[in-house]
Amino acid sequence: MNKIHVNCAVNGDATEFLCDPGATLLDVLRDTLGLTGSKEGCGSGDCGACTVVLDGEMVCSCLVLAPEAEGRSVATIEGVAEGSVLHPVQQKFLEHAALQCGFCTPGFIVAAKNLLDRNPDPTETEVRYWLAGNLCRCTGYDKIVRAVLAAAAELRQERTPACTRPRQ
Amino acid sequence: MHAPETMKPFRHIGTRPVRPDGVDKVTGKALYGPDFKAPGMLWGAILRSPHPHARIVSIDTREAERLAGVKAVATGRDFPTLESLVMHVGEGASDIVDVAHNCLALDKVLYEGHAVAAVAATSPEIARDALALIEVEYDVLPFVLGLEEALAQDAPLLHDNMFTKGVKPRPDKPSNASMRVEMGAGDIEAGLAGAAVTVEGRYTMEPVHQGYIEPHACVASWNGDGQAQIWCSSQGHFSVRSLTASVLAIPQSDIRVMPLEIGGGFGGKTTIYLEPVAMILSRKSGRPVRLAMSREEVFRASGPAPGAIIDVRIGADADGRLVAADVEFKYHSGAYPAVDAGAGVSSAIGHYRIANTRVVGTEVLCNRPAAKAYRAPGAPQVNFAVESALDELAARLGMDPLELRLKNAAKPGDPQTSGLPWGKIGWIECLEAAKAHPHWSSPLGPNQGRGIAGGYWGNYGGPSTVNLSVAEDGTFTVATGSPDIGGSRASMAIMAAEVLDVPYEQVRCVVADTASIGVSMVTGGSRTTFATGMATVEAAGEVRHLLCQRAARIWGASPEQVQWRSGEVVCLSGDKQGETMSVADIASRSFHSGGPIAAVSALSARGWLPGFGFHICDVEVDPETGHVAVVRYTAIQDVGRAIHADYVEGQIQGGVAQGIGWALNETYIYNEEGRLDNPGFLDYRMPVASDMPMIEAVMVEVPNPDHPFGVKGVGEVPIVPPLAAVANAIKAATGKRLNSLPMSPERVYAALHPEG
Repeated sequence: MNKIHVNCAVNGDATEFLCDPGATLLDVLRDTLGLTGSKEGCGSGDCGACTVVLDGEMVCSCLVLAPEAEGRSVATIEGVAEGSVLHPVQQKFLEHAALQCGFCTPGFIVAAKNLLDRNPDPTETEVRYWLAGNLCRCTGYDKIVRAVLAAAAELRQERTPACTRPRQ
Repeated sequence: MHAPETMKPFRHIGTRPVRPDGVDKVTGKALYGPDFKAPGMLWGAILRSPHPHARIVSIDTREAERLAGVKAVATGRDFPTLESLVMHVGEGASDIVDVAHNCLALDKVLYEGHAVAAVAATSPEIARDALALIEVEYDVLPFVLGLEEALAQDAPLLHDNMFTKGVKPRPDKPSNASMRVEMGAGDIEAGLAGAAVTVEGRYTMEPVHQGYIEPHACVASWNGDGQAQIWCSSQGHFSVRSLTASVLAIPQSDIRVMPLEIGGGFGGKTTIYLEPVAMILSRKSGRPVRLAMSREEVFRASGPAPGAIIDVRIGADADGRLVAADVEFKYHSGAYPAVDAGAGVSSAIGHYRIANTRVVGTEVLCNRPAAKAYRAPGAPQVNFAVESALDELAARLGMDPLELRLKNAAKPGDPQTSGLPWGKIGWIECLEAAKAHPHWSSPLGPNQGRGIAGGYWGNYGGPSTVNLSVAEDGTFTVATGSPDIGGSRASMAIMAAEVLDVPYEQVRCVVADTASIGVSMVTGGSRTTFATGMATVEAAGEVRHLLCQRAARIWGASPEQVQWRSGEVVCLSGDKQGETMSVADIASRSFHSGGPIAAVSALSARGWLPGFGFHICDVEVDPETGHVAVVRYTAIQDVGRAIHADYVEGQIQGGVAQGIGWALNETYIYNEEGRLDNPGFLDYRMPVASDMPMIEAVMVEVPNPDHPFGVKGVGEVPIVPPLAAVANAIKAATGKRLNSLPMSPERVYAALHPEG
């Protein structure tokens, strides 16, 4: 089988790779480029553990063929922090204990950052629906939602997200 | 969450520091089971049975072996001949013959998805192509999936040597009932006959899956000299070692298992599926071999929790005092004997004082994947029936359901179902906390209802090893043999820092491989913070003692003249009186004052206590669609003492979410051919963020007197009450009692519209 030559940008770096025509972007990220932060939980687009951002759009990389990345920009969990400085979403996940096993965490963080890039002040309901394509089996989502709202507040330079204010 | 801490006599216990493994996990650096690769590694793949029950007549692998790039092929014949040996690992016992045959079938396949053969090749694509070239001739047999069908006289037998355990005299012919467990007290029929009010009902459910997001994966490298390395994620790498060594009949010390990060287990990763197969392929090929399951394989071939049929009769006197409870249940064990019935029996009705009881559980073999532990294994199913029936009883009595539970709740000293007395349990405290909680008295909206349920889990202790060492600069490393699934590194660091009275960041915790630390039982049974914590506390105490001794030696003082105070050693008398020596000072001079400083604690922790929980659930039912939304949820639990408060809350919230999924959505669906119809997350519908409300976790602390910090197990209790709490809420909202799980929109709609 002839390999396809692909040029793209991964986390801002010019990247080229050879892949089988049927290879998924997730396969190439994990097995060819060694970026194992994106996880495969299902391979069918149902769990969101492989979430990456392709030209600004959130996608399940297991549902994208690797050759489709030609000429495009791919952002993965490995590019969310700036060097050793964590993104507020990452920092709030740690402070709020929004992970237990941590396997789904990269997908959630990529998805949550993409939400906050678009909507700096989401409601709890908006967060829950935006993240509805990401499965977490450990946390029951409570601390994840709080972490995302806290990260949003921090990015807006506020202190207390709406849902953690005392009930009226 | 950083709520102000209540006044506690602790410096670290109960706080919420960032976990030491956190940054790796939020940046994608952490290596999980499927992430590991070894140089020269081959890619493996497994051929699985399309039939639920068949005799393997022949397996022809010659074509596959000839395919370019294929380096090894394995079948069940590659396992050594094994004698029956029951090993106690994980949450329960397994016969290694069954474990081996579940990894690769020998003579019969017992469920759709049962592994039949495996290949290793230079690429995943070649491995997949090679599977298609393996020819298996099957003699297809009749199969059985249902509990009552499997117990029928003419049912197809899975194992012709299965004689029901726990029945005396031993049955004279084999059956699909692998085990029967019975406990009780008093006279059940007289008790029921004397009751003023009785209820009875049958409750049913199909199996559900643990649903960890990380599929099983491993890499094995087995050299010609017999020594091997395995890299895998599991709930217990020592169990991987002992089971793999046993099924391959090799010494355990010839296998070194390197624990990778684990992406969820919930009981399902306390056994092995892939490791010995990868070992055989590696031995044959001379190269490391990777095997990993797809999600579909996880559903078809790894262990679900048993489905159940549960019959309940409960009676009370006119004042609402429970006088008799009769519970009889059957659980799926799938292809091989499982052990959920015993835990189900002891988890059924022990939370109430009842004079006349009979609880009977039967494990039933059927052509489904072998059942495995799932969070409080065996308890949620029977609890669903008992706590639903109690709600019906309260309604008959015209009594508040919470008051009915309070009136009958077991206290310390009351007998459990086994007859042994309860220890220092916090069940009444949970009920009182629920009564006082604002949720209990808050108003409900239209189409809403409130349900409650209580439950418990026995928890466990068991073997753990911890090595606590002091670095030359006076910092500490805790090495355990317990995989960290939900923050246990942080809990160990907290406990060690508490004993040593040093900053949390001065103690780092790692999970060591099987060659680098002593034997430790699985992370399961809610035992790790309790048992491995106890070993950590013991090792930290010993290190503190050693540091005092060294300081005394350096000062030329006697050990009695020094004392540990605020993370350093103080000299109490003599010419050095009032002087202090820091850990860094002692450590930097340790090489010349007796050598490196370290302590090992290897213990079998005793004195564990059960955990009790009480849940309040509000649902809103859409009368037009039957859809049920959980709109508010409060879970109250006696945790003994919370070590890391965030991760205790997290365990409670996660258990509740799994319970809600079990109640409303999740179920295995088999078709008429005996094949699983929903082996993916699209059709096996687990809760997502938009399905869930915030889950308020209320931690009640009734400390365990037999643990240095009062710990009781936490992780499993919270999955026990939700099934009935949701069912009782639906009853309150609609007036309809649903006895079968899941309470899907279809079933709720049918209950609301019986006319069709």
